[in-house]
Amino acid sequence: MPFFAYAFAFLFLPAGQVLVGAFKSQHGGWTFRNIENLFHQPYVGAFQNSIELSAVTALIGGAGGLLIAYAAIREGTPRWIRSGLTTFSGVAANFGGIPLAFAFIATLGAIGIVTRFFQNQLHYNIYQHGFSLFTKTGVEIVYLYFQLPLMILVIAPAIDGLKREWREAAANLGARPLQFWRFVGIPVLMPSMLGAMILLFGNAFAAYATAYSLGYRNLITIFIGAYYSGNVLSDPHFGQAMALGMFFVLAVMMVVYIPLQRRAARWAK
Amino acid sequence: MPRMAPSAYVWLLLGFAYFFIPLLATFLFSLDKNSTGKCCTVASYTWVVHQHDFWHTLKLSFLLALETIAISLALFVPTVYWVHLKVPKLRPVLAFMALVPFVVPPIVLVVGLLSVYKGTPSWFYAQPWGFLVVAYVILAFPYMFFSLDAGFRSIDVHTLTEASQSLGASWPVTLVKVILPNIRVAALAGSFLALAIVMGEFTIANLSQFYTFPIFLQYVNETQAYPAAALTLMSFAITWAAMLSLLFIGRKRGQRAAFLTGAR
Repeated sequence: MPFFAYAFAFLFLPAGQVLVGAFKSQHGGWTFRNIENLFHQPYVGAFQNSIELSAVTALIGGAGGLLIAYAAIREGTPRWIRSGLTTFSGVAANFGGIPLAFAFIATLGAIGIVTRFFQNQLHYNIYQHGFSLFTKTGVEIVYLYFQLPLMILVIAPAIDGLKREWREAAANLGARPLQFWRFVGIPVLMPSMLGAMILLFGNAFAAYATAYSLGYRNLITIFIGAYYSGNVLSDPHFGQAMALGMFFVLAVMMVVYIPLQRRAARWAK
Repeated sequence: MPRMAPSAYVWLLLGFAYFFIPLLATFLFSLDKNSTGKCCTVASYTWVVHQHDFWHTLKLSFLLALETIAISLALFVPTVYWVHLKVPKLRPVLAFMALVPFVVPPIVLVVGLLSVYKGTPSWFYAQPWGFLVVAYVILAFPYMFFSLDAGFRSIDVHTLTEASQSLGASWPVTLVKVILPNIRVAALAGSFLALAIVMGEFTIANLSQFYTFPIFLQYVNETQAYPAAALTLMSFAITWAAMLSLLFIGRKRGQRAAFLTGAR
């Protein structure tokens, strides 16, 4: 089939090239030097920072997304809020990259609307008090704009799976709301929550354009980009080694994700 | 009907504020005057529509999206059809392959593509119609696959094919005149996703140095603050349009919303 030929030529061959190339030296022989170099600064720092940033946005995005989704789905909330939220999340999860970065520059940048509002109305300059959009915290705030809606999209079906009867049964047996969550709600949702958060982690880890546009440099994706667009192409094999490192982190993530996904499906029937 | 819980109000309001304020701020920012930084003028919008590069890159990205959609459909529709009809055993293999692009993000894919295809003829390597589209078809693959797969699962491929063939239709005629109209919605959904991906894709275009719409957007971000806000809103509008059309056509089939990874 032409499709398999295509996938081989443009997906598996390049991926394979990265895997193999990472172990080659500039002179053609085999070497572990490139991989070893990954464990030196600044590269290991960039990896750590990427992983940290992805983990933080996955946790906050995961928790926040869960709370918002639950607030929209639970009894008493009008139906239109739920459908509105799902539609909006479907769109917002796809905002990203250059336009998203600029939307936040216009909001929280040095002359952003919100920054100016604080300055003019409250006489408080957030930039003189340690805040900057172009730091790790700033990038995390921006990433949440696509992490939260993604969590809402992924977790909403799982929350639907929490049957109303379970709540009533728990209440009849004398459980307080907190006890219901401790013994029923959280355990049932746990596999879906973990699975969704892993997805969020990978989503943030692979991100490039948003951080690039904010001028934030200390991420592994930005390092790879800079390595390839720089004028001096020192050793392409080292670029491949960095790509291999990313691939490795994402592969570990997938290995954890797939069994969780199966477990989560158990309650979905 | 129970009343809305107070905590639900709080979370929904917080969420609303976080998502709405940046959009409103970008809008207000786009109305500011370039010289004074004060409201209100539409000069930023006029500036944008008078840029030659704006129309040029917008057109380029749009045509690249059309080419990506055409190649993806030509490649995936027969494959998914054939797998559903003849070798259902291969379906998990395809589903697994559709997950591979999540492990090979755009930045890794472009590193691989650059190292494999460096030195190939310039009509391929130096042209967005060649190199970029090839990568975009791979980015679109998971979305096309899951979309088409759902489409094929909801129709009776065997009966349709047998009926068509016993009336004397050849394979190509069956595919185009019988199967395609039945999976129209799925194909459209996949196409809108591909459109949204290509219109927003920055990573691959940046590393392989092609001048597409998101690259133009980044260039304006760096050089013209107020027009950049106007352009940002236009770019959001494109995503909105693509995703809302997707949700609209998908509604009847109960398809779930999708998310993309290409743009980030």
